[in-house]
Amino acid sequence: MDFQVVVLAGGTSKKLLPLVSKDVPKALLPVANRPVLSYVLELLELSNLKNLIVVVEGKEAAVLVGNWISAAYVDRLHVEVAAVPEDVGSAGAIRAIAHHLTANDILVVSGDLVCNVPPGAVAAAHRRHDAVVTTMLCSTPVSGPLESGSSGGKDKVKKPGHSNIVGLDPSKQFLLYIASGVEVEKDVRVLKSILRAVGQMKIQSDLMDSHFYVFKRSILLDVLSKKEKFRSLKLDVLPYLVRSQLRSEVLLNGSSQSAENGNEKVASLNNQVMLSQILANASMPSFHELYALGPNGLPPATIRRIHKCCVYIASKTKYCARLDSIQAFSDINRDVIGEASHLSGYSFSAYNNIIHPSAELGAKTTVGPQCMLAEGTQMGDKCGVKRSVIGRHCRIGSNVKIVNSVVMNHVTIGDGCSIQGSVVCSNVQLQDRVVLKDCQVGAGFVVTSGSEYKGESLARKEKIQLQ
Amino acid sequence: MDARRTSRTVIDPKIRQVGFVTPGAPPDRTQSGPPESSSPPVADMSPAGNSLSPVMIPPPRHASDNLLLHASRAVPPISPIRRPGDSIAVGSYNQSDVFLGTSPTTTISPSSKIVDGEFSEELMSPGWAARGGNSGKVAASSFPSGGVDLMPVKSNIPSSSLTTVSVVNLPPGVSEKAGKESIEVQNDRAGSSKPLKEKTSKAERRALQESQRAAKAAAREGKAAGGASAAANPGNAKPANAAKPPPQKKDSASIAASEKKGGERPQEKDRKKEVPPPRMQFDDKSRVEKAKKRAVVKQTEARNRVELFRHLPQYEHGTQLPYLETKFFQLDPMHPAVYKVGLRYLAGDISGGNARCIAMLQAFQQAIGDYSTPPEKALIRDLTAKISSYVSFLIQCRPLSISMGNAIRFLKSRIAKLPINLLESEAKATLQSDIDRFINEKIILAVKVIVRHAVSKIRDGDVLLTYGSPSAVEMILLYAHELGKQFRVVVVDSRPKLEGQLLLRRLVERGIRCTYAHINAISYIMHEVSRVFLGASSILSNGTVYSRVGTASVAMVAHAFRVPVLVCCEAYKFHERVQLDSICSNELGDPDVISKVPGRKDVNYLVDWANNENLQLLNLTYDATPSDYVSMIITDYGMVPPTSVPVIVREYRREQLWI
Repeated sequence: MDFQVVVLAGGTSKKLLPLVSKDVPKALLPVANRPVLSYVLELLELSNLKNLIVVVEGKEAAVLVGNWISAAYVDRLHVEVAAVPEDVGSAGAIRAIAHHLTANDILVVSGDLVCNVPPGAVAAAHRRHDAVVTTMLCSTPVSGPLESGSSGGKDKVKKPGHSNIVGLDPSKQFLLYIASGVEVEKDVRVLKSILRAVGQMKIQSDLMDSHFYVFKRSILLDVLSKKEKFRSLKLDVLPYLVRSQLRSEVLLNGSSQSAENGNEKVASLNNQVMLSQILANASMPSFHELYALGPNGLPPATIRRIHKCCVYIASKTKYCARLDSIQAFSDINRDVIGEASHLSGYSFSAYNNIIHPSAELGAKTTVGPQCMLAEGTQMGDKCGVKRSVIGRHCRIGSNVKIVNSVVMNHVTIGDGCSIQGSVVCSNVQLQDRVVLKDCQVGAGFVVTSGSEYKGESLARKEKIQLQ
Repeated sequence: MDARRTSRTVIDPKIRQVGFVTPGAPPDRTQSGPPESSSPPVADMSPAGNSLSPVMIPPPRHASDNLLLHASRAVPPISPIRRPGDSIAVGSYNQSDVFLGTSPTTTISPSSKIVDGEFSEELMSPGWAARGGNSGKVAASSFPSGGVDLMPVKSNIPSSSLTTVSVVNLPPGVSEKAGKESIEVQNDRAGSSKPLKEKTSKAERRALQESQRAAKAAAREGKAAGGASAAANPGNAKPANAAKPPPQKKDSASIAASEKKGGERPQEKDRKKEVPPPRMQFDDKSRVEKAKKRAVVKQTEARNRVELFRHLPQYEHGTQLPYLETKFFQLDPMHPAVYKVGLRYLAGDISGGNARCIAMLQAFQQAIGDYSTPPEKALIRDLTAKISSYVSFLIQCRPLSISMGNAIRFLKSRIAKLPINLLESEAKATLQSDIDRFINEKIILAVKVIVRHAVSKIRDGDVLLTYGSPSAVEMILLYAHELGKQFRVVVVDSRPKLEGQLLLRRLVERGIRCTYAHINAISYIMHEVSRVFLGASSILSNGTVYSRVGTASVAMVAHAFRVPVLVCCEAYKFHERVQLDSICSNELGDPDVISKVPGRKDVNYLVDWANNENLQLLNLTYDATPSDYVSMIITDYGMVPPTSVPVIVREYRREQLWI
């Protein structure tokens, strides 16, 4: 279908700091004990998109990701991993691999997306309207655990980044305005010309940009090469394209676009004019075409160049979330083994949980619904696990309570610990009677016995300082 | 395949029977039966064949010619055998009659080019003939023998079933190849076909049995009641139905299979050309099921369909688009341009005969540009198959208009006529320029010529009425305005599409004085109108104008007011089909559209109508205007009365061959 797919897998994001490390880049963070990148790759594979370019920030991270992909997807996907320097942003990443892009349209997906919206739907909307860019918007996911018990930690991380202000035309097919929550301060500036052309604009703030874009390749590369300063697709390129849609500065070398405008061939053959006229008259003109035609149907003196920015709004029944904050990490982990369980690809037991047959449970230990225990994990007596994910080969003592938490691989938890709403990374050692609430424990950290933490992030700082 | 089956089954046997019954019947009539005895067979046929008939299709010349010959040769020697039987059982006699006519062909068929499916019927006939001789006495006992007779036939049946399988499993392009290779396969299959044999012969035996039983009953009835034929008819209709399907199915299936081999058999190819592609009857559940399996687009059938229009496809409109969208990347064989056009048809982004046709041709042009012949394939055949698969995809998005059908036929004939030694790049360039020429000459230039002709009919002070948003009429009005003629336009519109508003907007912008009315007001506005200009989706060879729904009522009202009705239609939209009403062939729109009033959310009396079994909504897309109400047709060949349409169709066809 003449599409190329670029997966932006990121590097070691600062926002997720205690969780990611040099050994675990963002793309490999486990969601229900699978790297988060696997969700995107499998979504694409399901849509028969098997030639992918995965862009990773940082050489080491690229090697890690590349190794994992080649181990997990050999014979299934044709993946090329490209390493780009850190901190170039999403636009920089595309710039770096621009010479590899050849197809007409480029599908840009963020590697931290966990969703089940078919990519084909977005691509089809893009093709149907012959748009320059199409973005997928989804409703903002519910943040924070469903049950109370942790409130302090989530609120501070929840707000920024998620909420966008989005302006749509009445048919909800075209994007008229977009600003992400960070840059919206008090007032929203909308271009008068766009508003006048459309007549009516619907502004919504409950939609989230899922970082799933389809770009026309020529346009995208043109914009990137012209505007050196653009760093982010979401914050720079997309708003730019949306702003300039009625006074397009981008090069339109697609002939179909000009044919549809109907006015660019005035000078050319009379037949062509009539042809495009017939085609244009046949369909309900979008506001773009009406604008291009000028105020009274006659072509204006100066040719008005337009391009279309479309949106695909995922239905509310689909799951869509981005792993871009620690809160999102716990949310997605919770959802994938909970309400969006079809995404995980595991089969659930009758008790609505997944316990690997090799996991050992002590006497009177209970594992509630929406839980996951990976292979080789041992639990002592009288433990309780609720709505949590526990990784491989963990050793958990007796009388331990784990609620709303994520415990990664090779974690040792001593007797009498209580873990609530926390994330415990790999190789962490929790000694006896540790109480954690809304904490993040970085990889390899040792929590001394009897200590209590609330809403903190624990990591091996001294070692970082040593470096 | 099944789509073909439907009307094939209907047409071919019917024509065959009619063809030889007439020569065969007279001797019978004179010698034994009352004159009515000949009528039952005809009546028999019709229930089996009636579902489509009004529109159908000139008889396939070769087949019927052959058969006529055979029949005339064949009948005399056999009829004496039958005579004793016919006095006993009228019903069964009729049936044997039907088959006897064909039976002689068995001897000839190996040499003649008749499709394998026909064998099956023919080979069967000896069994029938034998039975016909003693039908009164032996009924059930003869069936085993009938089954035995059928055995040699069986080698044919797998051939059709095999191709069907391949169609289901493989992408369309591949299945075509399979069809071509099927001859070889057929040979291999001789050994392996046994289980299939058993199965089909059982079904047939059963069918035979039933038919005979019914025939007997009919005969008894016939004896009892004085009016033999009248009583026999209803009783007979059923057995005919029951008896027909097995042979017909084989027949049609193998014809369809042989069509794929058509390249090797010139005679069949001609024959195929003559028979327009048959239409699927959507009230036939089993076939719809089968068609669904093949379909690219998942289509949920709408509930609460109107009884009279059940034979037309109707799907829940909401379900198709999302499905197609999700499958975007899975449909590999589909060219992106074709896919885009299909999506836009489905979403309603493109409508109007000319625009749809142009969009389709341009997509094909792109597809041809990107096409490369796979190794060991001939461009001519492979590309035709490709185009066919695109077309079937487009049909699933929205039924083709007649104009598109003509354009496709043109393209395919161009592909078929490519010299075999042409380089691939040259061939592609030729085809692309052919398409360009078609668009330019048949559509664009045609519209221009129509405009020139029509403008001469507009005088100062005229009040012109038009309905909907026909592209040709719009050009006429704009051109007349440019010429400085003084006239007023009445734009009549109808829900739910309200296309007239777009036309109105464009006309008013150019400074033409307009009146806008809905079709409800047509009789009030008509008395001030001096001419009616209408567009058409197609004009059929009996002069019927097939156009946007509502056109017929406008034309009729105009006729009643003695206002001349001029229909503007490009000649490439003409079709040799004959249609008397708008029921047998039409397109159903989305019923939800008419249940809602745009901009009035408070008017929602029909919410959840689909759950109410007593309520059915009908949103017809086209209607047929009888030629009586059309004063003149303006085409690119000049202004002609509706009665001259067949002439243009004939000339146009001939010319098309030379393009």
